[in-house]
Amino acid sequence: MTSPTPAKRPLGQRFDLERIVLGLAAPVLAVLLSLVICSLLLLSSGRDPFKAFDVMFTYGTASDGQVQIINKGVTYYLAAVAAAFGFRMNLFNIGVEGQYRIAALFTAYIGSQIDLPAFIQIPLLLVTAMLAGGIWASIAGVLKVYRGVSEVISTIMLNAISLAVVGLLLVPGIFAPKTGSSSNSIQTAPISQSSHFFSIETAGGTLWGFFIIAILVGVGFQLTLNRTRFGFDLRATGRSESAAQASGVNVKRMVLTSMAVSGALAGLIGMPTLLQSSYTYGTSFQQGLGFTGIAIALLGRNSPIGIVFSALLFAFMDVTAVQLPLQGDFPQEIVAVMQGTIVICVVVAYELVRRYGLKRQQQKVGAELAAQAAAAANKEVAA
Amino acid sequence: MVANHDIDITVRRGTVHALMGENGAGKSTLMKILYGMQKPDEGTIKINGELVEFSTPGDAIDRGIGMVHQHFMLADNLTVWENVVLGGEKLHGIGAKAKAKIKEISDQYGLGVRPDVLVEDLGVADRQRVEILKVLYRGARILILDEPTAVLVPQEVDALFGNLRELKAEGVTVIFISHKLHEVLAVADAISVIRRGTTVGDADPKTVTARQLAELMVGAELPSPESRESTVTDVEMLRVDGLRIAKADAEGVERVVLDDVSLRIRKGEVLGIAGVEGNGQAELVEAIMGMLALDAGTVTLDGQDLTRTLTRARREAGIGYIPEDRHKHGLLLEAPLWENRMLGHVTETPNSKGFLLDPAGARKDTLRIVEEYDVRTPGIEVTAASLSGGNQQKLIIGREMSHDPKLLIAAHPTRGVDVGAQAQIWEQIRVAQRAGLAVLLISADLDELIGLSDHIRVIYRGRLVADADPATVTAEDLGTAMTGAAKGHIESDAEALAEAQALAAEGTEAAEGTAVESATDTPAEPTETADDPQAGE
Repeated sequence: MTSPTPAKRPLGQRFDLERIVLGLAAPVLAVLLSLVICSLLLLSSGRDPFKAFDVMFTYGTASDGQVQIINKGVTYYLAAVAAAFGFRMNLFNIGVEGQYRIAALFTAYIGSQIDLPAFIQIPLLLVTAMLAGGIWASIAGVLKVYRGVSEVISTIMLNAISLAVVGLLLVPGIFAPKTGSSSNSIQTAPISQSSHFFSIETAGGTLWGFFIIAILVGVGFQLTLNRTRFGFDLRATGRSESAAQASGVNVKRMVLTSMAVSGALAGLIGMPTLLQSSYTYGTSFQQGLGFTGIAIALLGRNSPIGIVFSALLFAFMDVTAVQLPLQGDFPQEIVAVMQGTIVICVVVAYELVRRYGLKRQQQKVGAELAAQAAAAANKEVAA
Repeated sequence: MVANHDIDITVRRGTVHALMGENGAGKSTLMKILYGMQKPDEGTIKINGELVEFSTPGDAIDRGIGMVHQHFMLADNLTVWENVVLGGEKLHGIGAKAKAKIKEISDQYGLGVRPDVLVEDLGVADRQRVEILKVLYRGARILILDEPTAVLVPQEVDALFGNLRELKAEGVTVIFISHKLHEVLAVADAISVIRRGTTVGDADPKTVTARQLAELMVGAELPSPESRESTVTDVEMLRVDGLRIAKADAEGVERVVLDDVSLRIRKGEVLGIAGVEGNGQAELVEAIMGMLALDAGTVTLDGQDLTRTLTRARREAGIGYIPEDRHKHGLLLEAPLWENRMLGHVTETPNSKGFLLDPAGARKDTLRIVEEYDVRTPGIEVTAASLSGGNQQKLIIGREMSHDPKLLIAAHPTRGVDVGAQAQIWEQIRVAQRAGLAVLLISADLDELIGLSDHIRVIYRGRLVADADPATVTAEDLGTAMTGAAKGHIESDAEALAEAQALAAEGTEAAEGTAVESATDTPAEPTETADDPQAGE
């Protein structure tokens, strides 16, 4: 054996490399397994799976497909980060769905009532969205800290309540304009022109400028987690609440803060759509993003970088799925099957890989120390 | 890692066979193998001459081996009868027949178990008897008891031994795991001693002395917490006044866990707290750390009133904390060592600058701790979970000592730690004391308490009931006080004391070993009970 000091670095790096390989193994295996399952499903209904994948791949690599994937991916990324923030401290905010719904409603209303210069208007709307989402989520945080209500239960119930709140407010005379519209869908008045977020025209269509915000959120999340005391407290609480408490983390305050931040991030989910495409909030506003976000966060392992890939993967599948019925007799639903199996497989695989990694490291350290210990024992005996 | 190697044990039918060894000697691993929870890499197990192989505890149960765990596995809200039947429904049904069978077993072995009582209404000793009955109900003829006396007071221990003799008389074989010498000598028919994962000898309890057993258990070169010059100063560091905590249990009945606890620790003083586990030690520590809300009382550190402050502020004010359960309160097991070095001190240098972390500083300082405190690890990027208990503990001590604490709280600092690390940890506590720290030491190991403390207080049912000078008390008398039998200032018989000290001086002191022997030699020594409650201070 070499002397201990130089031996430290390479060993540390080896563990890191191994961790990366182990970390990648799980999602890759999950995606492959889901491809196999979907192929079998397609085969059993008499269709050629490779043709279906080809359709998806072709569209996914075309420039108009790519622009759509990025636009959708931005929304997915925000949804997943919102969920992941809570997950990192074992706080299961299942209420992302309700939080972004409430936030989008209020922001759309304020955007339609106020018309300031864009450089004030847009930050104002973003802050409104984050405040609305954060306050809505804080209800669950307060209930957990002061009444011991599980955040899983309360956020799920708040999702249902948010639907009712939207139904109550989104009526002509309150948040929707008083018009004798014959349309079935009811919606807020369009937001002012100054509220429109910038976008880039490309060969493949309109690329939403909101990806800038998503990148800022991702970088902010990463820095907060790994470089700040708050982030350390958050991760410590997620790893062991009792140890965090003994170390001086004010767990109650952490719960309140994290729930509010998670909700504030959730508030941003509806913004790309609201500020870049629909310009109104109504009954036809996209739903279910909150739950998609949870799945994407799981696949991305709640890491700001991992989520980039999982959000793009989900966006790719959703965008290209639309082409399946158009370019062949493939059911679009096969993509939902694929997403579902990926998530289930990856949850199982991560846990297996985590346990395997821990055990393997214990053995390695044990083996490494056995030699040292033997040497030390000999010395002790000699002394 | 090899936890067990070359273990040879022969247990005869109808005997109580004691298996002894220090914490971490490999007793638990051996028991797991015998009970089918773990598979041996090599070696064989024979029962009644027949070769057996267990892959699950179910196999072991089928072969008539039953295990009573240290931590009971009973459902509180069910009756004794329901608990016994649970999982064994196929044996005698769940009705009157099962109840009759429970009665029958209880009478046969003199266990005195009442089937209709709710388990939550039972005391610890009764729960243990239910556990034993549960195992017998499943047809066990070989009983493994894992440290059954750890949770019992001496009177209950005697009652348990009575039960064990009954079992023996009925032809049941009992394997009794313990590291308490006097208990083993009192009840065992045969003794096997395990050290560092291997059997180092068998002993006949009729001829062997506690001293010889202690030597077998730990080897002769055992380090001991020997006495040294006093470093106690007149400067008061920690002052705890009138601490009271009452918790409401599940039924809403208020249980007082700490009652009017007052203590002072001066600079350079080690105050030891003795007590049977569960008498409020854990709550006392958590109250001083700010992890439990107080109902009354104040905590003052170095003149600074900390009563209303949060845990983090208390740590920053200079409290170092070596928790009783390091996995639960001291470490992030899945985080690398350098992140564990930040835990509890994330607001202090070298871990952070302002609101930002300083991973480079923390890494560098972790390397220093690893070096200075002899943490055996291949590097600082490995997870805390991959270190052994002793090395985890050394890392924690290194971390806590790195922030110039004024007060060090050490709760069971050497629990689950190998003998080598134990000596290092004792030395670290002494270094802390010489550096002028106030140390609050809580330990179940009375020799550790006597060896390290300048002053000892005894906690019983949430109250500090007695105090003693470690120079004039034996472990036996402390043990008596721990059961609430003695109050005030306790001082041991000079003869017994001299004997205990003579043994300690020979350096063969084992956990509980020597002092206990002195007690066996001079039985029933009277305890002096001076009538000044809360003496000292």
